[in-house]
Parts: sequence; structure tokens; C-alpha cells
Amino acid sequence: MRELTYVQALNEALRQAMTEDDSVFMIGENIRGGVRAETAGLDDAFGPERVLDMPISEAAFTGFANGAALAGMRPVVEFQVASLMFPAFDQIVNQAAKLPLMLGGQAHIPVTFLLMGAGAGGGRAGQHSDNPYTFLIHAGIKTVVPSTPADAKGLMLAAIFEDDPVALVVNSNLLGRTGDVPAGGERARLAKGAVRRAGKDVTVCAVGHLVPAALEAAGRLAEDGIEVEVWDPRSLLPFDKEGLAASVAKTGRLVIADDSARTCGFAAEVAGLVAERCFDSLRGPIKRVTRADVTVPYSTPIEQAMLPAADELEAAVRTLAA
Amino acid sequence: MSESRDPVEWYRRMRRLRRFEMRAAELVGDGEINGPVHEYIGEEAVAVGVCAALRADDVITSTHRGHGHILAKGGAPDRMFAELLGRESGYNRGRGGSMHIADFDLGIYGANGIVGAGAPMACGAAFTFKVRGEDRVAVPFFGDGAMNQGVLLESFNLAVILHLPVIFACENNGYAITSSIREMLGGDLARRAEGFGLPAQSVDGMDVCAVHAASAAAVERARAGGGPAFLEFRTARYSVHNIATGGRMRDNRSEETLAQARERDPIERLAGEITRGAGWEPGGRDAVDDEIEREIEGAVGFARNSPRPRAETALDYMYADTYPDFPAPGWEH
Ligand SMILES: Cc1ncc(C[n+]2csc(CCOP(=O)(O)OP(=O)(O)O)c2C)c(N)n1
Ligand SMILES: [Mg+2]
Repeated sequence: MRELTYVQALNEALRQAMTEDDSVFMIGENIRGGVRAETAGLDDAFGPERVLDMPISEAAFTGFANGAALAGMRPVVEFQVASLMFPAFDQIVNQAAKLPLMLGGQAHIPVTFLLMGAGAGGGRAGQHSDNPYTFLIHAGIKTVVPSTPADAKGLMLAAIFEDDPVALVVNSNLLGRTGDVPAGGERARLAKGAVRRAGKDVTVCAVGHLVPAALEAAGRLAEDGIEVEVWDPRSLLPFDKEGLAASVAKTGRLVIADDSARTCGFAAEVAGLVAERCFDSLRGPIKRVTRADVTVPYSTPIEQAMLPAADELEAAVRTLAA
Repeated sequence: MSESRDPVEWYRRMRRLRRFEMRAAELVGDGEINGPVHEYIGEEAVAVGVCAALRADDVITSTHRGHGHILAKGGAPDRMFAELLGRESGYNRGRGGSMHIADFDLGIYGANGIVGAGAPMACGAAFTFKVRGEDRVAVPFFGDGAMNQGVLLESFNLAVILHLPVIFACENNGYAITSSIREMLGGDLARRAEGFGLPAQSVDGMDVCAVHAASAAAVERARAGGGPAFLEFRTARYSVHNIATGGRMRDNRSEETLAQARERDPIERLAGEITRGAGWEPGGRDAVDDEIEREIEGAVGFARNSPRPRAETALDYMYADTYPDFPAPGWEH
């Protein structure tokens, strides 16, 4: 193992996948010339037929990837900013997600949607601050949200070699995070969560960049004798229902940390699941810590006020543990 | 079945398309077909002429009005009727219906319910052929209405900048449901394609010989690495936009317009040319018509005798790779 940054781990996964299988190729905007860290060096290594700069035509280049996937390729489509998937939504939802069932199993679409630039906090305002995984999950797109450099690599490899469309949502706040990353090409398993810190009092199910926030809150709470278990789903669809149920069975209390819209959001789904399956284990209400249901505003105090962070998580845990 | 230069074979195919659609319309009327059906009647020369210029390993994408393209590329009427009747033996195992029939073994990447959506996929398939060094081509079919869809126009540009073996086949029947192209489209359709750098040609889509000649030339160029092209086929649909159980849509076109279109009937036109020219096979035109009649009735019989999908299979085929408890059922007890 060596230490890599999260974005270096993404780059290494792309490089290894393209080396391993020549049907893997990558398309996106401005991905050649080594300007973007996740694709650095790929065009030098693999050439312009496997690393293609695309015109600003998200709908067409997503459909292009779907067609190549139907023809037997494993394309990786980069959206420069996560919210730029919206211009391509027909090709993601009506085509990539729906066609396999409607074709009755005749063909698969092994495409990877790499959503860079997700998340808020950088003064990017409403159109560049989305964490749009719930839209994808709702459409039936398998969706992974890696929180560590090791997962950035392992889940990227898993996404590329899965025979279905998979979206990998990359939060900008995580890109510089460092951690041990295996040198080999091991693929992570979808539908498998991970305990990031063990504890017996309260489970915090935290998504993506809120995993570090939850660990920070857990550190503070431990000083007051409250032992938090931080559980990272890693893969939101499919979801490790058994893994979360095991944690809740142990703690009896659940806080869900999800930096996306509250209403009909991912946290709501997890809450519903736990209420249905683990009712007898619960010793208190389920708490959700999410974004407010508004567009992300620009100016820092109001931007920060509507986003979930370690402080809000800590407060939620305290109300349950009291 | 695909490539052919034989006018009698073209006649057989056009006749098959028409009889298939007439029979499908009856089954909609009788309530045997459940969903909407968009009849291709009147436009047969386009699908048959284009597909006769294609090899079996070339690829097409199709539209909501897709039966004709699929039959012309070699689709089997029995498995198509089975799909329309929602049977497990249908092309899509009864999961797609009229607007989604596909056969990947025949290079049919599927009809599509979203106007314009097939074009970028055809480009992606063509790119795959190109990087693999194969001389296959891809043909997205689409209507005049699709010419106002951004994704189609974006696809023109992609095909040009990547120099892809794609022939864009525009079926200009003058209408998008009730809206006339005269009111909906600025500029000229073929000139618009030219603006993207596509060689463009406007062709009489009621003349299968002209359709085939233009298609064969574009296909030959694309196969040899000459890049994409755009073909406009001026055609006419005889029926309303679509029909469904419970009623026909209203047609806002005048009787006169429709009568003029029928006078240019592509099947009668070809039949006349065969009679005046090379002549029929023994048995004449009637023999071909009888053969098609038997084929269509046999296909309907096959569909009717096939079982419907079992309820327990409703969650199947969404994913290639499944996991425990995934996809989730709608309720837990
Ligand atoms: C993107 C999209 N918008 C609207 C529709 C509804 N719709 C279905 S067919 C159609 C008209 C299409 O006209 P055209 O492309 O000319 O094909 P035609 O029906 O004439 O063969 C419309 C508006 C749709 N299916 N997809
Ligand atoms: Mg039309």
C-alpha cells in the first residue's frame, strides 16, 4: 500500500482498467492534454481513440457512450460537473437505465457515468453545487459514492467492469484527501457498506464527504462518552441493507447524514428501510441530517447555513443519546 | 436478410411491411394489441430501399414508427407480432412492445419511444466499428420532427468531427403528429444538415429505386472511410399518427392531401416498373402476395399461441448483475 490522494486513486483506476481491457475508453470535456488530474496522462498512454475530448454536447455524447456500450465497449463518460448530467438526462434515464429491461435481456449497457465536481461549499452557487445521486437512484442507475481514496479506486474499477450502467459521484471536497490505496486492481463489491469507526451508542450512516464529517463529530462525542458507529454505505444502489441493519441492531439509534435534498431524498429512503426492517431494535426516532430543500445560495453564510456538516451531526447524535 | 438489388425482392419486402401494418391495425381494433401502434403504411420504400443497401452486420436505430425498419432489416414477423401481443416469445419477451422492438443479431439496436434518441447511439456503435477496424456502418432512422431535437443536431456534429460511418436517414413525411413541418422548421431540412458539414441529399422517398441508389452510394462511401452523410427521404404516411385500443387519433390533414399521397403509392409504383421492365418470377405478382399473406397469418397464429410472461418475472432483465434483495420488490410483508 502507498498513500495517494483521492483524485490520484481515480486516475490509477482509469489507467489500470484501460490497460486491462481495451474495450474501456473515456470521453468527456477537456479530458486530454493532462489538465484534469483524474485523467492526467491517459491520452499520452492510450491515444486519442481511447481518450476523446467531446464537444459541449452532453446529451449526444452520453447517447454515444450508450451506443458504444451496446456494441460491446465499456465507455466511461465524464461529466465535468455533476449537474451537467441534467442536459443528458434522457440518455441516462430513458435509455441507459430503461433499455435493458425493455430489450428483454438482449443487450446490456456497461457504461460508467463519472460525475466530477459534485457537492457544495465552494461558492459555486446553485447550478454547480448539486450532489445529484438521488435522481440517479430514483431512475434505477446503480450509484456509488466513494469516501476514501481506496474506495475511489476500488469502486471505480467495480463500476467500469459491472455489466450495467453505474454512476460514480465524486464530491469536490474529497479530491485532495489522502489514504492508503492498494496497488493492485482489486474491485470493490457493490452493495457492501463499511464500518469506519465502531461504537455502541448511535449509528451514523454517512454518505460520501460526510463520512469524514461524521468521524470528526464522533471524535468530539467520544470525549463525552458517547460512542458513535460511523457506517459508510459506499454503494447507494444497490444498498447493503443487512450491513446497516446489523449496526442498528447493535446501537438501537440511527442518524443519517446525506448532503442532498431532504424531501424524498436518500436519507428518507434509508429511514424508511430501517423503520420497516429494524423497528424492534430502535430505541429512539430516526434522525436525518440533510440539505435544506432550497437551491444552494452563493454567499458563504447562507451557503453554509443550508448544508449539513459535523456540527449538525453532532447535535443530532446528542439529542438521541440524551 | 438485408442487402438486395432485386426489384422483386424489394416488392416482396414492401408488401410484407404493408400487410404487417394492416394486420397490426386490425389487431389493435380488436383489442388484441394493447398499446399504441404507429403505422408505417405509405413509407415502405424508405425502409426497404435503405436496408437493401445494408449488410446483415450493419446497424440501424429506429423510431416510434419502427415496424417497417425492423422488417426491412430482416426482423421476423412472428416474433414481432408476438412482441405486439405481449408474449414471452416476442423479440423483447413482451417487455418492450411496438416502440421498442430490437434484434441485436440482425443489427437492429431497437425502435425508440423518444424522438431523436437513437441517433447518438448509432454514432457510438459506428465509433466502435471504426476503432475496431471493421467496415460496418450505422444508420439512424428518424422523422422530420426529430430535426428539431437538440440531441440529433448534436449527433450530426459528433459524426462529422469523429468522421464516423453513419448515414442519417430522415423520413420527412411532412408532419410531427398534427404539426406541419412548414410551421415547425426554420430553414430547409437538408441545408440544415449541410450546415454541420454533412453531405446532404434530398430523395423521392416514394421511389424505392431512388432511395436504394442514394443509400447505396452513401453506404459505400462511409464503408470506405469517407465519413457520414445525410439523406432526406420525402415520403407520406397514409394513416393517422397512431392508433390504440379505444380509438384512433384525429387526423387534421385534408382528404385531398391524403389522396395525393396515395396516388404516389410506392408499392404500386414499383409493381408497375417490374411489370413494364424485367418482369415477375413465375406466378407473377399474385404469387408474391399470396406468399406474404400466408407468412403474416402464420406469424399472427404463432403470436396468439405463445404464452404471456409469468407475473413472477416482472422484475427480470433490468440488471445484468444482481444482488441479494435487488432490485427491490414493491412491498414487503
Ligand atoms: C422527445 C420526444 N418528444 C415528444 C414525443 C411525443 N411524440 C411522439 S412521435 C411525435 C412526432 C414525431 O414526428 P416525426 O419525428 O416527424 O416522426 P413521424 O411520427 O412523422 O414518423 C411526438 C411529438 C416523443 N416521443 N419524444
Ligand atoms: Mg414526421
